[in-house]
Amino acid sequence: MGYHAPTDLNEALDRLAAGGVRIVAGGTDHFAARQPGPEPVPLLDVTRVAALRGITRQDDGWRIGAATSWTDIARADLPPAFDGLRAAAREVGGIQIQNAGTVAGNLCNASPAADGVPPLLTLAAEIELRSVRGTRRLPLSEFITGPRRTALAADEMVTAIHVPAPPEGARGAFHKLGARRYLVISITMSAALIGLDAAGRITVARVAVGACSAVAQRLTALESDLIGRRPGEVALAPAHLEPLAPIDDMRAGAAYRSAAAAEQVARVIRTAGEAHG
Amino acid sequence: MDKRVEKDTVAFTLNGAPARITPRPGERLSESLRERLEARDVKIGCNAGDCGACTVLVDGAPVCACLMPAHQAEGRVVDTLRGLVARDPATGRLARNFEAQGAAQCGICTPGMMVAATALLRETPAPDERQVMDALGGVLCRCTGYRKIIEAVLATGTVPAPSGNGAVGDAIRRLDGAAKVEGHEAFGDDIAPAGTLEIALIRSPHPRAAFRLGDLDGFAATTPGIVAVLSAADVPGRNLYGVIPGFEDQPVFAETETRFRGEPVAAIIGTPEAIAGLDPGSVPVDWTRLPDAPTPQEAMAAGAPQLHPGHPGNEMCTGHVRRGDADAALARADVLAQARFSTGFVEHAYIEPEAGFACMDGDKVEVHACTQAPVMDRDALQGILALPAERIRIIPSAVGGGFGAKLDISVQPYLALAAIKTGQPVRLCYSRTDSMQATTKRHPSEIDLRIGAARDGRICGMAFDGIFNTGAYASWGPTVANRVPVHASGPYMVADYRARATGIYTNAPPAGAFRGFGVPQAAIAQESLFDDLAGQLGMDPLEFRIANALENGQPTVCGQVFSQGVGIKSCLTALRPAWARERAAAERFNAENPTLKRGVGVAAGWYGCGNTSLPNPSTIKAGIRADGTLFLHQGAMDIGQGANTVIAQIFATALGVAVGRLELVGPDTDRTPDAGKTSASRQTFVTGNAARLSGEALRREILARVNAGPEAEIILGAGAIEVRDDATTHRIDLAALTPDAEGYVLRSEETYDPPTKPLDADGQGVPYAQFGYAAHLAVVEVDIALGTARAVRFVAAHDVGRAINPLMVEGQVQGGIAQGLGMALMEEYLPGRTENLHDYLIPTIGDVPEIETIIIEEPDEHGPYGAKGLGEHALIPTAPAILNAIHHATGARLRRVPATPSCLYAAIREVRDGT
Repeated sequence: MGYHAPTDLNEALDRLAAGGVRIVAGGTDHFAARQPGPEPVPLLDVTRVAALRGITRQDDGWRIGAATSWTDIARADLPPAFDGLRAAAREVGGIQIQNAGTVAGNLCNASPAADGVPPLLTLAAEIELRSVRGTRRLPLSEFITGPRRTALAADEMVTAIHVPAPPEGARGAFHKLGARRYLVISITMSAALIGLDAAGRITVARVAVGACSAVAQRLTALESDLIGRRPGEVALAPAHLEPLAPIDDMRAGAAYRSAAAAEQVARVIRTAGEAHG
Repeated sequence: MDKRVEKDTVAFTLNGAPARITPRPGERLSESLRERLEARDVKIGCNAGDCGACTVLVDGAPVCACLMPAHQAEGRVVDTLRGLVARDPATGRLARNFEAQGAAQCGICTPGMMVAATALLRETPAPDERQVMDALGGVLCRCTGYRKIIEAVLATGTVPAPSGNGAVGDAIRRLDGAAKVEGHEAFGDDIAPAGTLEIALIRSPHPRAAFRLGDLDGFAATTPGIVAVLSAADVPGRNLYGVIPGFEDQPVFAETETRFRGEPVAAIIGTPEAIAGLDPGSVPVDWTRLPDAPTPQEAMAAGAPQLHPGHPGNEMCTGHVRRGDADAALARADVLAQARFSTGFVEHAYIEPEAGFACMDGDKVEVHACTQAPVMDRDALQGILALPAERIRIIPSAVGGGFGAKLDISVQPYLALAAIKTGQPVRLCYSRTDSMQATTKRHPSEIDLRIGAARDGRICGMAFDGIFNTGAYASWGPTVANRVPVHASGPYMVADYRARATGIYTNAPPAGAFRGFGVPQAAIAQESLFDDLAGQLGMDPLEFRIANALENGQPTVCGQVFSQGVGIKSCLTALRPAWARERAAAERFNAENPTLKRGVGVAAGWYGCGNTSLPNPSTIKAGIRADGTLFLHQGAMDIGQGANTVIAQIFATALGVAVGRLELVGPDTDRTPDAGKTSASRQTFVTGNAARLSGEALRREILARVNAGPEAEIILGAGAIEVRDDATTHRIDLAALTPDAEGYVLRSEETYDPPTKPLDADGQGVPYAQFGYAAHLAVVEVDIALGTARAVRFVAAHDVGRAINPLMVEGQVQGGIAQGLGMALMEEYLPGRTENLHDYLIPTIGDVPEIETIIIEEPDEHGPYGAKGLGEHALIPTAPAILNAIHHATGARLRRVPATPSCLYAAIREVRDGT
């Protein structure tokens, strides 16, 4: 048993490659899920690896270090396309959770209700995975493979989230629906990235919904149909929600989720559209 | 130096001083702070980041210490409440404001609230309400309803002066508040020294199971650090307990079969390291799941498992009240409303889980635990331990919220048995899961109700039939079965009435006492149908209630006639201005908003204070020492509601001294006489009367010694009492008097028991000496496209007879409303599914809107200075007022709570599209 907190990424990757460790960063999912009894395996704390933290502008977009906290994201100076992500950052638990919880942790936990996933889907985020074997990138939609399942190999860790430069002038929005105001697991959540032309017609449309399927989904048919329309005149058809497969659970029924998602999607598109002023 | 050791040592700055610890891998910072560094001001409510009680600052940023690996503290600066109060002037001002506003009731969430607020105020010295909510949204409070916390943070620039000298009617701050806001209050898990042996309970993983214990002694002998194992065989007395005579049906340890998920079968006692490392699955127990009956419907069915002998059909008991002829009246009524209503389990969700510490003092066992009823705890332990009362001492810790569930014993028998068995001090703190699985809940209910009314608007017949799921054990189920029929009419004149409430045993957690004992469930049904009747009659819902409100001289459904003190009409009429204003405002709002719809609802409630037709005494003792110090032996448990302050105010007023002269003693079963349980809204009324009588007796004795007149002024001085009577000043030299065994030279001890009479077979009699009354107005906004409901405003009128402390009256009202709001909109405990505070939702700081409290004072002849009880009244009208507001807003009538978005959406669709 042990606790490892390397400051060097390669040392962290070596530890991971040696096997038998579990990564911990903000601890907000790790400890919340802890069962009584001893820590089953040694922990690999990645929060002291400087390379994993912070948001940097790069030639082709933005790099968000894996261990960047939600508070860091909420407070970062980012273009309006990130407004949905920043709004989601303020809805991940309370401030205590946002100060500790990391963006990669939210993705690796792979909850169907992870607040970070829909806005990152609309940003076409790519996940950087590293191991001693090398580095690879996966689109977020391929990284999360199911509820609580990801494409991570045993010796891999997420090192960054890459967001390609969003379309010029596009604006993001995020709506969350739960049974209380704060600290709530979403019943449904929706994110949109909307670009408009000078006449106020949609030129860019990316829409994603969470908590209504095993993994949050982009609504690509809707996105196509939105092009050329105004954000205020969005009419959703059942076919637009086909990627969703909501379930009944203690938070809500499946039929309700479908209805609420349709309404919420229309609203989040409107919010993103109205953000253009 | 061994590199490994160096690496495992964690050095950081704690509250300005260097700290160095060697935590286990994966140890939570909260545990390190509490157990290695004595920072017991860091409270643990959930160990999952759901409640925020453990909030500390790490490099200035608030985080949940329960979610942070202790190793991550290396090199960081960690601040807890104690350090911030001592070192940051802003936190010091905040502490004084929390006291002044009454923002700390039980105080268990206060460290988390204040630490989070400190971080906000450092960045935003003059925040607005929204910023305060955003900053404190991660900390749950179950007592206050959050409004006074918001006020305390907003008012940080100024600290209001205390109001008055503490006489009855003065809105003084809590006498016991400083410890709560400075991080020194000691709750159930804060008593034990670090390193004390700990207890882990082995609980049933199934709703019903047969089990066989393996070689537990062998397990103890071969597992390092385990010192003993307890099971049913180790209970020297009766392995059954209960709170109602004749219903002692709950074992300390199940013997062959468990009746609900979470029921204990064994206790493992060991060192903290051994218990932390204990895998419950490694304890040898063979389980065989058996068919279970989780609901009354299933438990009443033929062939259902029978939970307890002598209760065929799993019927625990039934309460009845009959007056007049309900059926005849319903038959002649001009309009009729009827429906079935249902409610689910509601969890108390106090932020402090059950916890305590026990040790031996010679051959006496001392139990320090959170409780609402120390003398009942002692009585229960007497039977379980087969010990005389003199060998059991209950010294309650501070209580981090109770609301009814801490009336039952929980940790106490395990602590006492373990201390006796090992001869060593022991501690036990329930995890949040333990607390939710195994302690009592509000009874789920299925209520069939019919009410008739005549064309003139008068109620004409009411028939109530309720089935209450009492779970696996009786607990306070008989009280619910008896109270509900007495109260189900609401505070109205109902001449023809029939009510029946039956408790059914099921394989579910025991349902017990929860603020209102079944009355809130009944009020949902009755107050919803009252709106239905008013609608059928074309009457205004508020005026319909006023027309039917019970008045002095009219019999209750139990035939009890009060010649005075019936204050419900005053409560309802006090709402008229707000009612007119808010209904008009809602109409304007709705005309402009297609999707958001506002509604205004009203509901009333009443509640009989104290036990139903049963003796219910409280005793208060006081004494003056030769040096002139005055001690009040105050045994009424203060669970946050303010008994320590209110009882002292009453005593001080009766004696005629300032409340600041009192030194409080207790509670402690060896030092304070029995002040009964903190339950049934009885402490201000019953113990308050004992305090009044005791204060008056001491005053009489002092005045008699110098032949002073009744209006004389008593001045306590050092070693002497001066009595000023007109122009004369008398002096009593206390040193000249002979002290008694307790060192008192003057003393008084008085008992009060409310005058009640038994109920006959039809429930006719005098169940309570007094009722308190309440009416709530709720403004609710519904998003009809999403089915979400948001409370916008409450106006609450409460007849408290006399507000002993108006600040605390407001605190009770706001806290009760928050719980009623939770019950209406979000709370339902589902065994096995919502055993934590992220799946079981209680209101957050963003869910409780502005609350206007209107205090009505219709004095009660029996109450101390006219005072009536208040605790339960504050919750009873809230949920039906919200449901009536939702109906007003949308036309949708919810007959099942909670009205979650999913349910509300379906109800709205049904009304709008007929689907």
